[in-house]
Amino acid sequence: MIRFEPREPASLPRLILIPVAAAVIALALAAIPMMSAGLSVFEAYGLMLTGAFGSPFAFTEMLTRAAPLILTGLAAALAFRAKLWNIGAEGQLYAGALAAVAVGSGWIDAPAVVLLPLVVFCGAMAGGLVMLGPTLLKTRLGVDEVVTTLLLNFIIILFVQMMLEGPMKDPMGMGWPQSEPMLDNAMLPKLMARMRIHGGLIIAFASAIGIYILLKKTVWGFEIRAVGENANAARHAGIPVTATFIRVGLLSGALAGLAGVGEVAGLKGYLTADISPGFGYSGIVVAMLAGLSPIGVVIAALFIASIFVGADSMSRATGVSNYLADLIVAMALICVLISGLFLRFKIRFTNNKTVEGAAK
Amino acid sequence: MTDLPGDMPTVLKLDDITKTFGALTANGDVSLSLRRGEILALLGENGAGKTTLMNILFGHYVADNGTVEVGTKDGTLVELEPGSPSAALEAGIGMVHQHFTLAENLSALENILLGTEPLSAFRSSRSKAKKHLDDLMARSGLAVDLNARISSLSVGEKQRVEILKALYRDARVLVLDEPTAVLTPQESDTLFATLKKLATDGLAIIFISHKLDEVIAASDRVAVLRGGRKVADLATVDCDKRHLAELMVGKHIAENARDPQAPGDTLLTLSGVTTGSGRDALHGVNLELLSGEILGIAGVSGNGQGTLAKVISGLQAPADGSISLNGDNLTAASAREMIDTGIARIPEDRHRDGIVGPMSVAENLAIEHIRKPENQRFGFLRFDTIAARAREAIAAYDIRCQSEKAPARLLSGGNIQKIVLARTLDANPCVVLAAQPSRGLDVGATADVHRRLLEARARGAGVILISEDLDELMRLSDRIAVIHRGHLSAPDPTEILDRGTLGLRMAGQSKEHAA
Amino acid sequence: MSDILDILLTANFWAAALRIATPLIFGVLGALICERAGVLNLGIEGIFTAGAMAGWMAVWLGAGLWGGVLVAAIAGGFFGLIHAILTVPLGLSQHVSGIGVTLFATALSYFTYRTALPDVSSPPRIEAFPPLNIPGLSDLPFIGPALFQQTALTFLALALVAVTAFVLYRTPLGLAIRAVGDNPSAVESQGLSVYGLRIGTVVFGSAMMALGGAFLTMSAFDAFFFGMVNGRGWICIALTVFASWRPGKALIGALLFGAFDAFQVRLQTEIGSFIPGQIFLMMPYVLSIAALVLVARKADYPRALLVPYFRGQR
Repeated sequence: MIRFEPREPASLPRLILIPVAAAVIALALAAIPMMSAGLSVFEAYGLMLTGAFGSPFAFTEMLTRAAPLILTGLAAALAFRAKLWNIGAEGQLYAGALAAVAVGSGWIDAPAVVLLPLVVFCGAMAGGLVMLGPTLLKTRLGVDEVVTTLLLNFIIILFVQMMLEGPMKDPMGMGWPQSEPMLDNAMLPKLMARMRIHGGLIIAFASAIGIYILLKKTVWGFEIRAVGENANAARHAGIPVTATFIRVGLLSGALAGLAGVGEVAGLKGYLTADISPGFGYSGIVVAMLAGLSPIGVVIAALFIASIFVGADSMSRATGVSNYLADLIVAMALICVLISGLFLRFKIRFTNNKTVEGAAK
Repeated sequence: MTDLPGDMPTVLKLDDITKTFGALTANGDVSLSLRRGEILALLGENGAGKTTLMNILFGHYVADNGTVEVGTKDGTLVELEPGSPSAALEAGIGMVHQHFTLAENLSALENILLGTEPLSAFRSSRSKAKKHLDDLMARSGLAVDLNARISSLSVGEKQRVEILKALYRDARVLVLDEPTAVLTPQESDTLFATLKKLATDGLAIIFISHKLDEVIAASDRVAVLRGGRKVADLATVDCDKRHLAELMVGKHIAENARDPQAPGDTLLTLSGVTTGSGRDALHGVNLELLSGEILGIAGVSGNGQGTLAKVISGLQAPADGSISLNGDNLTAASAREMIDTGIARIPEDRHRDGIVGPMSVAENLAIEHIRKPENQRFGFLRFDTIAARAREAIAAYDIRCQSEKAPARLLSGGNIQKIVLARTLDANPCVVLAAQPSRGLDVGATADVHRRLLEARARGAGVILISEDLDELMRLSDRIAVIHRGHLSAPDPTEILDRGTLGLRMAGQSKEHAA
Repeated sequence: MSDILDILLTANFWAAALRIATPLIFGVLGALICERAGVLNLGIEGIFTAGAMAGWMAVWLGAGLWGGVLVAAIAGGFFGLIHAILTVPLGLSQHVSGIGVTLFATALSYFTYRTALPDVSSPPRIEAFPPLNIPGLSDLPFIGPALFQQTALTFLALALVAVTAFVLYRTPLGLAIRAVGDNPSAVESQGLSVYGLRIGTVVFGSAMMALGGAFLTMSAFDAFFFGMVNGRGWICIALTVFASWRPGKALIGALLFGAFDAFQVRLQTEIGSFIPGQIFLMMPYVLSIAALVLVARKADYPRALLVPYFRGQR
C-alpha cells in the first residue's frame, strides 16, 4: 500500500530535478514508438539532437519555435496560478494574430515606431478580450471556464477562416485563403541575418521576466497567488477575487495573443488558418513542466521546442511521422504530473500486506 | 449506572495500540476493553488521541503497533484485520463519525442500504429492508423518514440515520465520536436515553467526549486519554467531575473569567436583516452590540449562524434590512470595507476561510492589509516591513512556527488561530466577530483565544461570540441571544440564564414558553 | 418560413438528427457516469479519437465490425484507466490530467495511423455498419425512415441510455456510484472501496466515450480522418451539465443538439449563399456554450466532483 505524507516546502534542487527527470523519462519512453516504427533508437535520438542543436540554423529554428511556446506557456502558467483554467490559448493566439494582421496589413500606414507597438498592443488586447468572456461567465454565472475556453478555440479558428475567405482575403493570394501581407513597418525586426529568428523571442523573454516580477513582487501577484491557493480565505480577507480573476484572464489571454502577433509579424508576414500547430495546447505542457514558474516556462519551452524541431528534422530524414513529437510532449505532461507527487509528498510504501497476512 | 455487566462477555479488546504521525505520538500503548451491554466514555480534550484511536479501530488508519480483537457471535475473540473498514463492519463494529458520512443526494434508506448488498446484484430489495428498519426504529425509538433526502434532514435526524446504519448491519459495538457536539442539551438527553436502551439490549457502546457532565451522566465506565496515552480507566460511580477534569487536562489551566464592566454605547446594529431562502437563511434578525460587551449567540449548528457571520463579514449582502456601525450604513459593504471600518472577523472554519495554506505565515499575517501603505509602495510589496511586522506578531501572539517564512498549512490548529487573531485584533478593531473561535482547539489554545476576546472587550470593543458550546458562552458572554431557524431572540443577561432555558430556546421554544 | 417548417417535417431530417446525436449520446453517457462518481474526464476528446482510430483499424485489419467496436471500447478503457490512476489514487488535478490524456490519446492515435499507413494519400475505406432494416417498423410511413433505418450502433446508444439509467437508479452499484460522487467517506464508512468504484466507473465511462468515436469511423463515415472528432468530446462535457447528470435528459439534450445541427445543415443549403459557411460550422460550439450558460445558475454539480479523496482524511 502506498501512503502520501505531505512534505515540507520542496528544496530548490528537488524543484529542478523532478521536472528534468520527467522530461528525460518522457524522452526515454519515446523509444517505444520509435522502435515500433522500425527506427534505430540511437540514430533517431541523434537525428533529433542534431535537428535541434546541430547547426546555428537548427538552433535558431529551435529558438524561433520556442517564442510562441514561451508565451502560451506563460498564459497557462499565470492562469493556472489563480486556478483559472484557461485552455483557450490556441484561440487567443489566433485572435491576436488576426488583430495584428487587421491593423498591420495596410489599414493604417505609419512609421514603425508607431505602427509596431500598435500592432503588438492590438494583438495582446484581442487575446485578452477573448479570454474576458469565459472569465466573466465564470465569475458572474459560474460557468466552467474549461469547457468555454476549449469551445471558443473552435469558434475563433472558424472565424479566422471566415475572415480569410472573406473580407480579409488577399486578392493577390492566387485564391489561397490567406491575409494580405503585413506592411514592412508593422513587422518585428529579425534578430539575425539569413535566419528566421525574430523580435517575438525578445517579447517572450521580456514577458517571462515581467510575469515573474508580477507574481513575486507586487500586490497583484500576491492577490493572484492567494486567490489561486485558497479563494475562500482570500475573499474572507477582503481580496477582490472577481477583479483578480478578470485581471488574470485579460493578461493570460493577452500573452497568448502576443504569441499570435509574433507568428504573423515576426515569422510569416501574413495570416493563414494553420499558423499554429497547437501552440496553445503545448503551452499547457510547458506550464506544467515549469511547475507554473515563469522562469521555468522559458526553460520548458526551449525543451519542448527542441523536441518539435528535432522530431521534424528526424521525420524528414527517416519518413517517420512527426506526430512523434506530439506523443513525446503528451507523455512529458503525464510524467511531470506524476513526478509532481514527489514534490508535494513523501511517498512511503508501507508493508500493509504483511500485516494483513499476519491477521489471517 | 450501578449494576455493571461484569459477567458479560468481552466484545472488544484493544492491546497496546501505538500510532505516530511524524514526530507526534497520537496514541501510545493504549489498551481498552469493552463488555457486552456496557457504555464506555472515552474522555479527553482535543488532540488527546481519541478520534485517532477510534479511526484505528474502524480501519481508517493502520496502527504502527498493537492489535484489535473483536468478539464473534459465539463469544470468542478474533483479531481484526487492520486498515480495512469493511473488515470492521463485518466484525460488527459501527461508527458514527463527528462529521457525518452520509451522501446528501441520497435518501436515508439509500444511505443505510449502501454497501449492504453485493454490487453485482441486479436489484436492491428495498421493501424488505424497509420492513426490517421499521422494526429497528420501533424497538430503538430512533424515528426517521426513510424516504427523505439527507439534505433535507436536521442534524439530529442525520445522526439517527448514522446510528440506524450501524444497527441495520447488526453492529455489536457502536462508536460515537463527539455525538452531542451538534445537539441541544435536550436532544443530547434523548440520545443518551436511546443509547442506554440499546445497551440494555446488549449493544456495547463507546462514546467520545470532552464534556464531563455527560460522561458522568451517561456512561458505565470512563477511559481518560491525555497526550495520546490512557491515564485512567475507572467505573463511572467512582468518579467525580473535578477528578476527571484533572485527569483530562493534567495541569491546571486558569479559566478566563470576565470582570464586571459597564457596557458603553451602541456600536453595531442589525435591523430586520433577512437573506434568501434555505435552511441557513436569516429572517428579520435584529441585533444591537454595545461597546465593551461580549454578546453570545447560541444555537444548534445550521440555524443561520453561518449566514449571520457571512453578513457581518461582508461576504453576503442581506436581501432586506440594514447594518450600521456607529451610525454609518454598512448594509451592502464588502469584506474589504468591513475590515477597513474596524470589524475583525474570526471565521468559523479557519482552514477554509482563515488562512491560505501554502502561503507563508508572514503573508497570512499581512493578507487583510496588503494594500495598506505599510505593506506596499506603488503596487510593489515591501518585504522588509511585512517580515518585520510578522516577527513582532509571532512574538506577541506566541505563534509557534519555524520562521515567518514557513507555509501556514504546516502549523497546528491553535497556531493557525493565533495567526487569525494576530492579524485581526492587532488592528484595534471596534467590533470583533468570533465564529466558533475555540472549535477543535485544546485547552491551552482555547484559553488563549478567550483571553484575547476578553482583552478586546476590556479595551472597549464589542465582541459577537457565535458558539455551539454553552459553557464557553455562559463563561464569556455578558448577554446571550439564541438563533433558531434564522430567527434571533432578544438577548438576555447571562446572569438570569441557565443551560436548560437556553437549550429550550435552541430547540425553538419561545421565551414566554420557556419561562 | 414555410421552407423552414418543411425541413422539420421531413423524415430525412429526423433521421439525420438521430445520426448526429448518436456519438454524443455515447459521449454524454460516458462523461455523466464519470462525473457522477466524482471524476471530470476531459480525456474525452482524445478518447473519441482513439476509439475512432482503434475501431476503424481493427475492422480494416479484419477484426469484423463488432470486433472493431470491442477494440474501440478497450482502447477507451485503457486511456480511462490512465486518467483514473492519475486522478483517483494519485489525486492529481482532474483538469490537467484530462487534457494530458486527450493530448496523449490523440497523438498516439495519429502516430499509429501514420505509422501503419505511411504512404496513403486518400484514407482507406472499410465496409461500415449498414442501416438496420427492421421488418414492420422500418416500413412505417415517416416514423420508419426517421427512426428505424439507423445502424446497429445507434440502437446500442439508445439501449445504453436505458441501461445506464437502470444501473444508476435501481441497482446497488448505481447507488454506490451516486454516493461516491457526493461524499466518498459515506462509501468508505459502509465498507466499499472509493478507489475501486471511481476507477471502475471512469474506465467503463471512457469505454462508452470511445464507442462514440467508433461510431464516427464505422457508421457515420467509413474511414479515419485527422481532426474528425473536432470538438465533439468538449460538446459532450457541456451537454452533461445541460443534462444535469441524468441519462434521460442526456438523451434529450443530445437529440435536441442533433436536431439543431441537422437543421442548420439544411438551412445552409437554403440560405448558405448569403451567409459564410463558417457561421453554420460555429453553431454547435456556440450552442454548447449557450446550453452551459442557460443552466449555469441552477446546475447541481455532484458535490465531490474534482475533489480528490485520500483515505483517513476527512
